Amino acid sequence: MAEVLPADGSVAHAAAERSTASLHRNVMIGIAIALVIAPFVAYPVFVMKVLCFALFALAFNLLLGYGGLLSFGHAAYFGMASYVCAYAAKHWGFNPEFAILAGTCVAALLGLVFGSLAIRRQGIYFAMITLALAQMVFFFSLQTPRFTGGEDGIQAVPRGKLFGMINLADDRTLYWVVALIFMGGLLAFYRIIHSPFGQVCKAIRDNEPRAISLGYRANQYKLAVFVLSATLAGLAGSTKAIVFQLASLTDVHWSMSGEVVLMTLVGGLGTIFGPIVGAIVIVSMQNFLATLGAWVTVIQGVIFVLCVLLFREGILGVIAKWIKKPL
Amino acid sequence: MSEDIILSTSGLTKEFAGFTAVNGVDLSVKRGTIHALIGPNGAGKTTCFNLLTKFLAPTRGSIVYNGRDITRQKPAEIARLGLVRSFQISAVFPQLSVMNNVRIALQRKRGDSFDFWRSEDVLRSLDKEALALVEAVGLSSFADLPAVELSYGRKRALEIATTLALDPEMLLLDEPMAGMGREDIERIATLIRKVSKNRTILMVEHNLSVVASLSDRITVLARGQVLAEGDYVTVSKDPRVVEAYIGSGVGHGH
Repeated sequence: MAEVLPADGSVAHAAAERSTASLHRNVMIGIAIALVIAPFVAYPVFVMKVLCFALFALAFNLLLGYGGLLSFGHAAYFGMASYVCAYAAKHWGFNPEFAILAGTCVAALLGLVFGSLAIRRQGIYFAMITLALAQMVFFFSLQTPRFTGGEDGIQAVPRGKLFGMINLADDRTLYWVVALIFMGGLLAFYRIIHSPFGQVCKAIRDNEPRAISLGYRANQYKLAVFVLSATLAGLAGSTKAIVFQLASLTDVHWSMSGEVVLMTLVGGLGTIFGPIVGAIVIVSMQNFLATLGAWVTVIQGVIFVLCVLLFREGILGVIAKWIKKPL
Repeated sequence: MSEDIILSTSGLTKEFAGFTAVNGVDLSVKRGTIHALIGPNGAGKTTCFNLLTKFLAPTRGSIVYNGRDITRQKPAEIARLGLVRSFQISAVFPQLSVMNNVRIALQRKRGDSFDFWRSEDVLRSLDKEALALVEAVGLSSFADLPAVELSYGRKRALEIATTLALDPEMLLLDEPMAGMGREDIERIATLIRKVSKNRTILMVEHNLSVVASLSDRITVLARGQVLAEGDYVTVSKDPRVVEAYIGSGVGHGH
């Protein structure tokens, strides 16, 4: 076996990590540039929709890709945040920043409560508990029309003035705010998975009993990553409510939970940027194939099956394999 | 000091539905020794091991470690007390690099790592120590490889490096030689002997020649009970032990 001097090993190790980090930095800069150009070449509301769902998919991927926890009820945090944000903006007259903050905080709290119940079980049981709790949120939303507007949802949510100064009624103006929120969410996600905390989460994802045997209290880390994921999902849901001026039952429906799973898998589970690609693909498909009506769902189903059968790593997972670097 | 007991059990019993896997085991492990737990298949070694490491809760009996009753402690807590186990199936973090496998254990020195807002660059200070450990088990040329790509024997070596990173007072090794080739066995045996300085090791092991060459003391289990105890010469001459091994119909490579 070829032995390498410790100094060389250390240098090689640092160099490998640096080159990956600089690749990621370049991709981030590329995304920022794309965000600047996007509203001039595409319909801003469409791009904002993509960004909200991309943020939602990032949140989901934080939990599944880096925490190893498959939640099948992420619509609960997305949708509840959407309701709270819409309600606060419409009925309490909150400024958009506070309405979004309120929605996000409620999602975090909900994540704390649901997470502490769900992490007691593993694998499929964990997924089923998250689904059951999310269904409770759905029926709660259905049964409390005074809060959620029932079947009508909360409509005509005022976009208001950011910090009481900047009028967000104009799509272009709102776009920059949403782009900043998205970029902030992406950077937060990147930091979390590259923090000392993220390291422990990845270890628990890879081999929970071993992480425990090293003295890590796995459940506390799982709960923490669950809450962080719910919070990011809440940020996405709140922002969505302001963009579309609407919060509805669709946001808390189980099919929303399914959609975010689909986006993450198509883009690349456990990749950093994959869920963004997945969100672009799925949202574009829904928009451009809208004329086909119910067939969109069928096409989505086919894509899902193809994805699982042919390229399980997702679009970016395949590319990452080509260039031999994590994306 | 040499007669000091670091880990002891009394009347340790584990019953599964209608079946007693471990039955009233009294075990004393002296500080600074290598103690082996052997026995034919189905003797209750692995159950016993899982009881000691808290991955199973005993039905009756107690476990005392360093004068402290750990019978009802959780696995993560006893690791924090310096009692660290290895696993029979190689226990690495497959998607982490070899370096990061070791570093995750070194990271325990920081206490808990809930700081999700801090860059992992703060862990760089551990790199040197991690690399030294990786080197000690002969894996330095694989430092950046994901652990999943290592051969079986090297995964075991990595696991030992990770365990040593915690600098545990006592190591519990679950069949460290299981599934290994002769070359790997010799390397790991040397490693175990090396790390046993200033430490106590309790291991479950099938390979009797390894047990003979490494252990200071051997406890033989059969049908969940202690059959014999002593050094290798004493134990191997005990007629009950010979009978238990032959009776079980399992050949063991010498």
